Amino acid sequence: MSNIFSDLITALPEIFVLGMAMFILLLDLFLKPSQRGLIFWLSQLTLAGAATITVITHTPAVSYAFNGMFVDDPMADALKVMTYIGTAMMFVYTRHYLSLRGMFRGEYYALVLFAMVGMMVMISGQNFLTLYMGLELLSLCLYALVALDRDNPRATEAAMKYFVLGALASGMLLYGMSMMYGATGSLNIAEVGESLMQGAPTYSMLILGLVFIVAGLAFKLGAVPFQMWVPDVYHGSPTAMTMLIGSVPKLAAFAMVIRLLVQGLYVVAVDWQGMLVIMAVLSIAIGNVAAIAQTNIKRMLAYSTISHIGFLLFGLMSASMNGFASSMFYVSAYVLMTLAGFGMILLLSRQGFEAENLDDLKGLNQRSPWNAFLMLIVMFSMAGVPPTLGFYAKFTVLQAALEAGFVGLVIFAVLMAAVGAFYYLRVVKLMYFDEPQDTSPIDAPTGMRVMLSVNAIGLLVLGLMPQALMGISAYAMFYSIQ
Amino acid sequence: MMFQDYIFYIFAAILLFAGLRVITARNPVHAALFLVLAFFTAAGIWLLLEAEFLAIVLVLVYVGAVMVLFLFVVMMLDINLDKLREGFWEYLPMAGFIGVLMAAEMVMILGSKNFGVDRVGAPPPKPADYSNTAELGRVLYSDYLLTFELAAVVLLVAIIAAIALTLRDRKDTKFIDPADQVKVKRADRIRMVSMPAFKEPLEQDAADNTEPKDKA
Repeated sequence: MSNIFSDLITALPEIFVLGMAMFILLLDLFLKPSQRGLIFWLSQLTLAGAATITVITHTPAVSYAFNGMFVDDPMADALKVMTYIGTAMMFVYTRHYLSLRGMFRGEYYALVLFAMVGMMVMISGQNFLTLYMGLELLSLCLYALVALDRDNPRATEAAMKYFVLGALASGMLLYGMSMMYGATGSLNIAEVGESLMQGAPTYSMLILGLVFIVAGLAFKLGAVPFQMWVPDVYHGSPTAMTMLIGSVPKLAAFAMVIRLLVQGLYVVAVDWQGMLVIMAVLSIAIGNVAAIAQTNIKRMLAYSTISHIGFLLFGLMSASMNGFASSMFYVSAYVLMTLAGFGMILLLSRQGFEAENLDDLKGLNQRSPWNAFLMLIVMFSMAGVPPTLGFYAKFTVLQAALEAGFVGLVIFAVLMAAVGAFYYLRVVKLMYFDEPQDTSPIDAPTGMRVMLSVNAIGLLVLGLMPQALMGISAYAMFYSIQ
Repeated sequence: MMFQDYIFYIFAAILLFAGLRVITARNPVHAALFLVLAFFTAAGIWLLLEAEFLAIVLVLVYVGAVMVLFLFVVMMLDINLDKLREGFWEYLPMAGFIGVLMAAEMVMILGSKNFGVDRVGAPPPKPADYSNTAELGRVLYSDYLLTFELAAVVLLVAIIAAIALTLRDRKDTKFIDPADQVKVKRADRIRMVSMPAFKEPLEQDAADNTEPKDKA
């Protein structure tokens, strides 16, 4: 145990965030409701501090800690920094909404920070057990956060559904992991990879485990045929929590897929490639077609998420370095777009009114031309219209799939993206060509408006200059996956 | 077959029976009691596997604490069984088909073909002074330190979540903060009013008072 200090330094960002989360929880007890702003700023400070630690301790080298249970590689650092940025943006967006609904409490910030620790552990997990514990930590916080608005029957129902299906998915994942342990005799991802490299132990057992692991991951990502919970949970949760569920945890889920399938089970890539192909195609098809029928904007974005996950899987199923890097690019683009999309819904909500239906967006251009323009960018980006970030993300993912030889599937995906453009552009039509039903002025603090502007314009700027983000993704993948 | 094998099969049969009854028992209290039986026999099987510590912990924690608490909760709830079982026959064909399919797959893979003694090999026997508990403690605090700590964090989150979801500031509560009670000063409770012990009756009052007396 002499090297415990080097272990602790490797995991310093996690320890820092964990400590601050507990401090915030305790501090909240001594604060009056009027002083809650302090909690908000302290949480932002925590994120900034964690980002500083992560950036300062960054090296291109891969370092392991806690007997190989924990890894700090460029991919982990890059995804963690993105997680901090996404969470910080989410805090800015949700503050006003929460304070209007009596949820602006210390527990919210503490639970989000605990959830973030879970995500960070998932990103850095190098052992089946570590990954599982991180996932449970994240999921448990999310269930509680969805139910935090406890007098709202819809939120309680959503929390219940999320909890039951999430538990089922965790069970599947664990079962798959136990099969892998049976087949390879190790829980460590690197050792599993090595032992598979030396010769398949028992092929049928390996594949049974793989099926369960992929099913568990697909549940968490929300890929078809494991997508049933996504629309209900997105719809039922308070919008601030939907924003959380839909955005940053996907970064951690992506990292978990990379750790399990790519770093651990690359030898059986042919097998998981086939499974991912089916899920990718179905996700894109069902997500885009079902979204057309939605009148609720949160449900529409839920189906849009399913189709985005399909595109993400397109990059992963290519099973090439290029494919993984473009998937990472896609997932970060997705997080930024989702934050902006839900940010707009939060902006249009006010005391006693939830902007939920597509009709609430009618005539937004007359009410606020600037916000309508921002929403236009977000919708264009989600649809994949050049020159936005969404276009470039889809382009790189499909390019990687094309290089891997999936020509027919790429054509199919492009056609489906065109179908998807229908419902995104319908939002634009509602905003610009319809008469507003609701003429009350938009009530939102300046911080939130500025954040939304920066976020949406960022989608445009990053779409024009994607090199930086793409460079980070390629760098992270190149140094993390041997 | 050795004596231990007989014990194993008896335990396994009881375990399977109890497990089946947990999901088929009509009365939830019976189901909970069958779950206790299932845990107990599982602990017996673990003892056969020489995992003494885990066996005892299973009985102490699950049977002794979790299930007893669970039984209390089940007894307090007013569960409408007919409503719960609604649609049981409707879903049975599909669910039964999937269940049988999964069981068949698992038998195919988990059978002795892949997990037989010839493939996996029996673990070497441990010396008499081998302490299962000490070994578990050693790996828990060294090799698995990180996951152990993370489990602690998960439990902490569970506590926070449970309190955040159930604690309410009730307006009608009569709770008094003892600290506030102790800090009370005399001035907070009584107001001193300066009053003469004897007050001269006013002329008018005196006249009023005397009048009835005269009448009487």
